[in-house]
Amino acid sequence: MSAVTEQVRGNPALHDCRDAFTRTLEAMAAVNSDIVAVCNDSVGSSKLGGFKEKWPERLINVGIAEQNMVGVAAGLANGGKLPFVCAASCFLTGRALEQIKADIAYSNTNVKLCGISSGMAYGELGPTHHSIEDFAWIRALPNVPVIAPADSIETAAAAEWAVSHVGPIFLRLSRVGVPDLFSSDHKFELGRADLMREGADVTIIANGVLTHRAMFAADLLSQSGIAARVLNMSTVRPIDAEAIEKAARETGAIVTCEEHTIFGGLGSAVAEVVVDVHPVPMKMLGVPGIFAPTGSANFLLDEFGMSPGGIAESATRLIDKKA
Amino acid sequence: MYPEELAILANRIRRRDLQAVFEAGAGHIGGEMSVADILTALYFHTMSVDPENPLDPNRDRLVLSKGHTACILYVTLAEKGFIAKRDVATFLKPYSALNGHPNRVKVPGVETNTGPLGHGLPVGVGMAKAAKLDAAAWRTFVITGDGEMQEGSNWEAIMAAAQFKLDNLTLIIDHNRLQQGARLAETINMSPLSKRLEAFGWAVEEIDGHDMEQLCSALSPETVTLDRPKCIVAHTNKGSGISFMSDRVEWHHKVPDAEQYRQAARELGEASN
Repeated sequence: MSAVTEQVRGNPALHDCRDAFTRTLEAMAAVNSDIVAVCNDSVGSSKLGGFKEKWPERLINVGIAEQNMVGVAAGLANGGKLPFVCAASCFLTGRALEQIKADIAYSNTNVKLCGISSGMAYGELGPTHHSIEDFAWIRALPNVPVIAPADSIETAAAAEWAVSHVGPIFLRLSRVGVPDLFSSDHKFELGRADLMREGADVTIIANGVLTHRAMFAADLLSQSGIAARVLNMSTVRPIDAEAIEKAARETGAIVTCEEHTIFGGLGSAVAEVVVDVHPVPMKMLGVPGIFAPTGSANFLLDEFGMSPGGIAESATRLIDKKA
Repeated sequence: MYPEELAILANRIRRRDLQAVFEAGAGHIGGEMSVADILTALYFHTMSVDPENPLDPNRDRLVLSKGHTACILYVTLAEKGFIAKRDVATFLKPYSALNGHPNRVKVPGVETNTGPLGHGLPVGVGMAKAAKLDAAAWRTFVITGDGEMQEGSNWEAIMAAAQFKLDNLTLIIDHNRLQQGARLAETINMSPLSKRLEAFGWAVEEIDGHDMEQLCSALSPETVTLDRPKCIVAHTNKGSGISFMSDRVEWHHKVPDAEQYRQAARELGEASN
């Protein structure tokens, strides 16, 4: 059993990745005076209180005005600043999508879009506050890498990488507690999947809050004698086509899990590669194209077949379809 | 450059724009004629920009938010030396850098890609804010159409600019009273623009947007009010300089035929003499 799996087992401490994000942002802002935070009255929900206290003039709060927020960020970048736009992902990506397209992606500005409380993190607040379309919307745009870290350590590593990367990115963060999966010296590499667990019978590909669930599922499968490979695909665009092709060839079946609609998200991105290079049976788990009923994120993920048991069951059924 | 020289230059820019639209068989000639004097005043009187160093951090910034009038921006940039004059002839041709809306990645001197309306002013607010953070002296200018002021995003930016006390930001509204399909008055009337902007905390000046002396004065740093963003409501005519286009809604993006082209060129030529 891998060290990673060991950490996931038992009763691991759960962390809100926003804490790692703002800790890293503040550490970087302390040494890079060009870094500014841009938000839409979201100082609290984006955990920018510490940033505001340290650098009040570098915290640019445009009020409840997402279109302006993204445009302002593009202008700040034009003026030599390094803006981190921190806002609830549902409003950032939904309300300001055209600004993201024209001012950020097409204009290729050095703006870091940080979608906070993405997926179904707002749970019971309902589908208006769920951000389960953002992979599809943003990965449809050229120039903007789409990244959904799996734990606090990867969140910090990705935020640190974002500063060194010149150009726009979309960093999709949750607030749902997740255990640490990576060792503390983990380095983020754009477009590279992390092999979390080796296996030859089936591959489970996940990211964000689903990666640790996929690890649990692989544990359950191993109890039935099934060796599941687990890939953490935090970069949805550019996708790691090489790791996907290898998984298809070596394991012959792929399950994808995402806190996102199954229309156009991680599963679709994986399938685009699979059909092109090596078609194998796939099962895409995610929100099945509906507005979710009332419930917490974890409740809804279970409901949509993404409890560890649910993922394991999908994997088992999929293996039966292998040629 | 003196106002008389600027007026002559503006008409030369109009003529080149007219030719480019005629040859390309497409463009937005009405709004291009109405914004010609504003662009000329900015590039040849007011703004500090260097075609040899288009990304100089201390340059003044211009955002043409009414990006559909890209052609006349290209002509102006060519006249200023940012791009080669011969490149204007590639307007709308396959793989040309000069497509129907300006692209900062492909065209030196363009600051941000515009096209969808209501994008330029928020970006301008960000630029002006960046200069304030650095206590830098460079200024930001944004040109919008008047119909474009119907976009809600502009009013988000207007509120923020006042809150942030961006006296280094100047918005010029090309107030030609016509939008694509009809008069503003018959669509969503935006007048009086001055009172609206004033109510939002801006310093406002109304001018004749075809009068170079008034333009130069309104754009000069001496006329800025401390701690307030400035809006110049520039009263213009769509199709200005060409009699049969002037103040006619159908010339938003109509293309002149050969006879109309000759007449328009003649009128602009006579005006420049």
